[in-house]
Amino acid sequence: MAAIDIQNIVKTYGEKKALNGVSLSIEKGELFGLIGPDGAGKTSLMRILVTLLLADSGTAAMSGHDVVTDYKTIRNITGYMPGRFSLYQDLTVEENLNFFATIFGTTIKENYSLIRDIYVQLEPFKDRRAGKLSGGMKQKLALCCALIHRPEILILDEPTTGVDAVSRREFWELLKSYKNEGITTFVSTPYMDEAGLCERIALIQDGHIMDTDSPDEIIRRFPLPLYTVKASPMTEVLHALRSFGQAPQVWIFGQEIHFVASEHDISEDKIRQYLTDKNLKVDKVEIITPGIEDCFLWNMRKS
Amino acid sequence: MEHEKVINSAPVIQVKNMYKRFGSFIANNDLTFDVYKGEIFGFLGANGAGKTTAMRILCGLSSPSSGEIQVAGFDIYKQVGQIKKNIGYMSQKFSLYEDLTVYENMRLFGGIYGLTNKEIKERSANLLQMLGFENARNTLIKDIPLGWRQKLAFSVALIHKPKIVFLDEPTGGVDPMTRRQFWEMIHETAAGGTTIFVTTHYMDEAEYCDRVSIMVDGEIRVMGPPAELIQRFGVENMNEVFIKLARAKSTEL
Repeated sequence: MAAIDIQNIVKTYGEKKALNGVSLSIEKGELFGLIGPDGAGKTSLMRILVTLLLADSGTAAMSGHDVVTDYKTIRNITGYMPGRFSLYQDLTVEENLNFFATIFGTTIKENYSLIRDIYVQLEPFKDRRAGKLSGGMKQKLALCCALIHRPEILILDEPTTGVDAVSRREFWELLKSYKNEGITTFVSTPYMDEAGLCERIALIQDGHIMDTDSPDEIIRRFPLPLYTVKASPMTEVLHALRSFGQAPQVWIFGQEIHFVASEHDISEDKIRQYLTDKNLKVDKVEIITPGIEDCFLWNMRKS
Repeated sequence: MEHEKVINSAPVIQVKNMYKRFGSFIANNDLTFDVYKGEIFGFLGANGAGKTTAMRILCGLSSPSSGEIQVAGFDIYKQVGQIKKNIGYMSQKFSLYEDLTVYENMRLFGGIYGLTNKEIKERSANLLQMLGFENARNTLIKDIPLGWRQKLAFSVALIHKPKIVFLDEPTGGVDPMTRRQFWEMIHETAAGGTTIFVTTHYMDEAEYCDRVSIMVDGEIRVMGPPAELIQRFGVENMNEVFIKLARAKSTEL
């Protein structure tokens, strides 16, 4: 039995289709990432799973419990961290934690082993009001509160958004450790670079799942050679590459340009020659392994 | 624009020994840097490092405690009005008025910047054409897809042809395709001679900049082109550079 089983979920808000037939199956103990930009449907899907929103059609089950008929059971076995900070700002760190432990009929002591790693970081500030914590610390406290009743499934909606790079990295280290506890973690993020930290991911855009697999497998499926080009002036290089061959994909990546040719007879030398002939200054042309963001862009191209 | 070209052009932002104190707290501690014409400059730092304070000063919204600062050729103490007329601003959090149409937003911002009706008409027709949005002229902003709004907001920030545009985390959370279209617009704008000043804590946005500075605890710790910093720190990307610099701060509040 899958820990999370999602079948053909559709959700509309007026005219807008937020989820357009989403199906996913997540195994027990998996660290599963839902990767997509703002407005892709991530929050709607998560709210349906935690029984806070009803789907128009389709079914979903958490540990075998239906999200509509067994909602009470689900609320007891799920830890949920919404995208917006939702703890009590006027309660202290410790009061928040005690509050959540109490409403789930447990104590901080009972499940201390699960939250110890985070709690030692929070402890020096246990008398500080939650509203006065930094972004990274707020997220850690929210995670603590979502874990305090030792849930079977953890649903985390963009836990690292707005958090700086150092705190983000620490947060992911924590998530990885829950696998050993048998907890299933379903986490969403708009950061493509966090995809690699998950065991499996789903790429979501406009309410559609574009692809699902392990990050390595999704990268392996990239169908054509991908080149990175560093040349200047940037704007002219972009225009030049767009008219090189049949319907190429040309994506700006920082100071470099990623180029996917639809023909197989293109080579590093041919690209270099083509740009040099146009009087552009070429610093680098290299074939590279795609990243998740390249895969996301490739999938978006089709829609 | 590459580094060589950057340092050959004239500075449009000159900051010398800038301090900003709030009581005993030093939010900006002796900042000195120049930003050049047509440059894409990334102003980076963790939350609370002092970058918003500095940006507010450069936009003429707050005064420094001390220091010599010129923006777009105007003095920060005596010519704030001139500075405001010569800069544009856009953020991901607030961009356009949702209950106004595309054109009404352009008219509003054009009017605020003192453009004549004729200028507003010409300029907005021009911007809409560049975006390929002519058909959306009379559409309410709230009916326009999120990705488009960003591009539109950037165009509106350019309506008065400012010398410098300040962008505050412009593409956080935006889909990868729109994000790229957006950065292409920024590159084109910079190639036309407008300076782009980006504040962000998204390190992947930093990689699009010609040069970046990274603030820690109110000070600029490092400055240079991203590729150079990545090499100097012996790491893979700007995220790693940032983590190395900010590591000591990680467990504090």
